[in-house]
Amino acid sequence: MTQALAQTAAPIETSKGAILVTGGHLLDPVARVDGKADLLIENGRVSRIGEGLDPGRADQVIDASGLMVFPGFLDLHAYLREPGATGSENIETGTRAAAAGGYTTVCAMPSTSPVCDSPVVVRYMIDRAERSGCVEVLPIAAVTRGQEGKQLADMAALREAGAPAVGDALHAVSDAQVLRRALQYARELGLPIFVHPEDPDLSSDGLMQDGEIALKLGLRGIPRSAEASIVARDAALALETGARLHFAHISNKDSVEILRFYKALGAPITAGVTPHHLVLTDEAVAGSIGRRFDTSAKVKPPLGDESDREALIGAVEDGTIDCISTDHAPHFPASKDTTFDVAPFGAIGFESAFPALYTAMVDSGRWTLERLVHAMTEAPNRVLRRPQRSLEEGAEASLTLFEVGRLSTFGENRLRSRSRNCPWLGSEVSATCCATLWRGTPAFASPAFFPNGVFRARS
Amino acid sequence: MPSQSTLQPPTAAGGFAHKHLLGVEDLSREEILLLLDTADEFKAGIVSRPGERLDTLRGRTVANLFFENSTRTRTSFEIAARRLGADVVNFDAGTSSVAKGETLVDTAETLEALGAEFIVMRHASSGACEFLLREVRGSLINAGDGAHEHPTQALLDSLTIREALGRIDGVRVAIVGDALHSRVARSVMWALTKVGAEVTLCGPPTLVPESFSTFGVRVTHDFDDAVRGAEVVYLLRIQHERMDGAYLPSLGEYRMLYGMDSERLAKIGSEVLIMHPGPVNRGVEVTRDVMHSPQSRILGQVTNGVAVRMAVLALLEQARSSGAEVA
Repeated sequence: MTQALAQTAAPIETSKGAILVTGGHLLDPVARVDGKADLLIENGRVSRIGEGLDPGRADQVIDASGLMVFPGFLDLHAYLREPGATGSENIETGTRAAAAGGYTTVCAMPSTSPVCDSPVVVRYMIDRAERSGCVEVLPIAAVTRGQEGKQLADMAALREAGAPAVGDALHAVSDAQVLRRALQYARELGLPIFVHPEDPDLSSDGLMQDGEIALKLGLRGIPRSAEASIVARDAALALETGARLHFAHISNKDSVEILRFYKALGAPITAGVTPHHLVLTDEAVAGSIGRRFDTSAKVKPPLGDESDREALIGAVEDGTIDCISTDHAPHFPASKDTTFDVAPFGAIGFESAFPALYTAMVDSGRWTLERLVHAMTEAPNRVLRRPQRSLEEGAEASLTLFEVGRLSTFGENRLRSRSRNCPWLGSEVSATCCATLWRGTPAFASPAFFPNGVFRARS
Repeated sequence: MPSQSTLQPPTAAGGFAHKHLLGVEDLSREEILLLLDTADEFKAGIVSRPGERLDTLRGRTVANLFFENSTRTRTSFEIAARRLGADVVNFDAGTSSVAKGETLVDTAETLEALGAEFIVMRHASSGACEFLLREVRGSLINAGDGAHEHPTQALLDSLTIREALGRIDGVRVAIVGDALHSRVARSVMWALTKVGAEVTLCGPPTLVPESFSTFGVRVTHDFDDAVRGAEVVYLLRIQHERMDGAYLPSLGEYRMLYGMDSERLAKIGSEVLIMHPGPVNRGVEVTRDVMHSPQSRILGQVTNGVAVRMAVLALLEQARSSGAEVA
């Protein structure tokens, strides 16, 4: 804990005047950029992109030679725990963790205390982010008061306050009629509704996905239908009402098929998938002797088997699943240090998302780097119908620098979250976040790459 | 440790290289057979020299840590440890249902302070032993964790089958009942299939999902199909609260479909062994007359329980003193 605090207390540099990012390999599918170029930032915006830009024009220089430069990532699904549960995370530590993973915008789910179901809380979170955060925070407001699934929240006022979408985060809206009316209402406001597809009667007291490993370990199972049945119900409602509905996380092959079916019918639905569902399976819970019952792999929705993972990868490839979202869910370290049944569900995901996905999907040859970057930048922006901060002249300078292709251990030193419940701790990964700039200001600089701050030439 | 006793565990090829006994899943066929052979030798001693106290574990402390009540298993471990010359500490870990994770960490600290070389634990959470082994230095023996494993019960049942039939390899065993919630079923399936028995698992589909075939068993929901040709019928305890989760309509219907009575026993054949890990719901899983029939091995396995637990403690001690670090 002291180590964690020491890390988050690292000074953040302020940018002055013009910044030149030199020698990096720029990759941005939107701007159709894929090659080595320098990038000049003035007043928080990209002012010039080109080869051999004159360093004399810049007040400060970032040496990005040998590194990739991507547009800053957008996460549609994360828990920052503020207000209310700041023992495991707050907006300051959460945004630092986001920046350490290359994210420059994160959506914060409304499972706060008080619940983010009023304009006051939305404004509070935005204010806190402006004061203590280092990247952009977009509060997703609750669609029903108190996330209780009964009365609608004041959606128009929530939109005015800055919520780009509404949605209850703990489980599905249990009363389908309430959700149907919410969709009718939200459609007029142009607000998408985010859904956590889970039928609590079916997930019940389950601890991991139903299947052979749950049986071997003697852990109660969660059937795929706990998610798939709600995906079917809610997709039908979106089709009928014509309102935009986003499934925060899809985790199994049955849900993928239903999603595909309703998308083919023209339902205005989108969906995300987490890095852990794309990379890990329920084998992660089984682990090996001494590591079995690994609580860092206890997540909801639960990890599926290899056939689920394969279906999810295919769904990203054919566009059935739109984007990758972390579901960053911090938990106080001691709360995961217990038996599997008692430990809370959830894993932190900001810092590990790109390294884990790059290693499993790009380094393995399955995906192009461009596909992965698209799924973490352009694709989530499209769900919110937001213009992307791209690597082109005139755009907001929110970008991230990664080293790719060199294996290293994903250790605790990469985490900036207040929590440690990351399933990749100790894993070998082949991508490392080196620095992140938000609106031209450094939000993260890796001590390994920039020991003296991002604005000095590397040796 | 030098010993005057003839009852030291045999050192078979490969030996026993585990520091802990977490489950039967982790054991090889050879290790299971070594445990059973060792138990056989100890049993001979128990029968011929009942009051004997060996020095295999002299100077060692065995801590019994039972978060769930089980006088039978705890007493069996206690007797086994004392016969081997160990000091035994019984922890009152509390019987309340809230005695969960946090209590476990606290208890681990106490155990470390005590320096117990062996910790025998029963806990309501699957994986509780694996969790504790990251916290303590001693050898852990799983005496039942949630619905996961209960290895010493499976070893004692294997010993009972081998004594009665002379072999386990090729023996046809039907296991009937609530496998889903049963740690005994899981450990028994691992033990018997590893040693070569042909196991059929049977029960209502809500309590015996097809995925149990991953244990190397045949799964059926038809009692007659399961017990046809069986040499052993192993009945599992059915919990009364299963009606609440809609697993079963009623105990009456369960008895009608899966209960063992003398009529069914007669149909299977007179040699079949009837087993049950206890405690029995008389008249549900098995009728009173079947329980007391000559084929029944439901009662009177106390000696085998002690012998098996002596074998486990002795082999773990041997592995410890030879520096085995395999979990």
